[in-house]
Amino acid sequence: MPSALINVPAKARRGEIIEIKTLMSHIMETGYRHTAEGEVVPRDIITSFTCRYNGVEIFRADLFPAIAANPFISFFTVANESGKFDFEWIGDNGFAATASASITVE
Amino acid sequence: MRPARTIVVAALLIAASLARATEIPQAEPQSGYSFMTSDTQAMQNDDSANPGMLWVLDGEALWNGKAGAARKACADCHNDARASMKGVAARYPAFDKTLGRPVDLEQRINLCRIQQQQATPLPYESRDLLALTALVARQSREVAIETGADPQLAPFIAKGRDLFMQRQGQLNLGCANCHDDNWDKRLAGAAITQGHPTGYPLYRLEWQSLGSLQRRLRACISGIRAQPYDYGAPELVELELYLMSRARGMPIETPAVRP
Repeated sequence: MPSALINVPAKARRGEIIEIKTLMSHIMETGYRHTAEGEVVPRDIITSFTCRYNGVEIFRADLFPAIAANPFISFFTVANESGKFDFEWIGDNGFAATASASITVE
Repeated sequence: MRPARTIVVAALLIAASLARATEIPQAEPQSGYSFMTSDTQAMQNDDSANPGMLWVLDGEALWNGKAGAARKACADCHNDARASMKGVAARYPAFDKTLGRPVDLEQRINLCRIQQQQATPLPYESRDLLALTALVARQSREVAIETGADPQLAPFIAKGRDLFMQRQGQLNLGCANCHDDNWDKRLAGAAITQGHPTGYPLYRLEWQSLGSLQRRLRACISGIRAQPYDYGAPELVELELYLMSRARGMPIETPAVRP
């Protein structure tokens, strides 16, 4: 499983706006580069990122070739209930990675 | 009388310019960090936004994984890297008694792989070698650099210093011409910096990857249009050694982020 760094606050007050930060290890090869021999380096990127909060999708992003290696995605949500965030990255060549983090809402 | 005086003045001017070409006043050594924008600094400061930490994570997995014919993991001898590797990177490159010359952290890891794990050495700039080096060096974050304290290193530091001062390549530049004389200026819009290797291996946004100090040095040598030394060449290790001893007292930042 490729390395991922997830930053979700461990605790939050009910109704509080929290920031979630994710960093996924990936080369994000654009498919526009050529080798010294002139051959195209095949595209190899993450195409989709999803975050679910207790099973409900709260954030989704489509990724494209102009995004840098090791994409860093950060977004905000409202902490409604204690539970789990599930993250999923899907990409070319069957790339699939998951990660999760828990939060306690008081 | 007058020509003689002119010669004396000229000689003094040359002496002054030579003196300037030696060293940065030790009062104000500055890490590359202080030349960066606040955005890039914030990226380095936050472990969940610093891409270099991805390699540290990979390094933890490698540290605990068994490798080679001996089926030994790094952790089998060195236990928890967080305790056993603290301060180690701040002393490297260090003198190796068997080889009779200095070795850098990457070479030290590969020596361990060959001798203790009976495994094949990891290639320079491979993800695994960078990951293990980043994990080890990460444990020295905030530790002051003390490389060069060993008196056996003195002749090698002197060789590294000679290389730092020596003009070479089609542009006929030495490291010192930029990093001692003009560190406070800019080259093609980028800060020149004092060239203190405080954060290696580090994540360069331009590389979109972690990279070693040797990669940085080779890039600089190509930049002055000289023939870069091969990875692991004694000249590069001596240059690393001189640079680390020149940065003595500065805190390690690994894994640093640079533009």
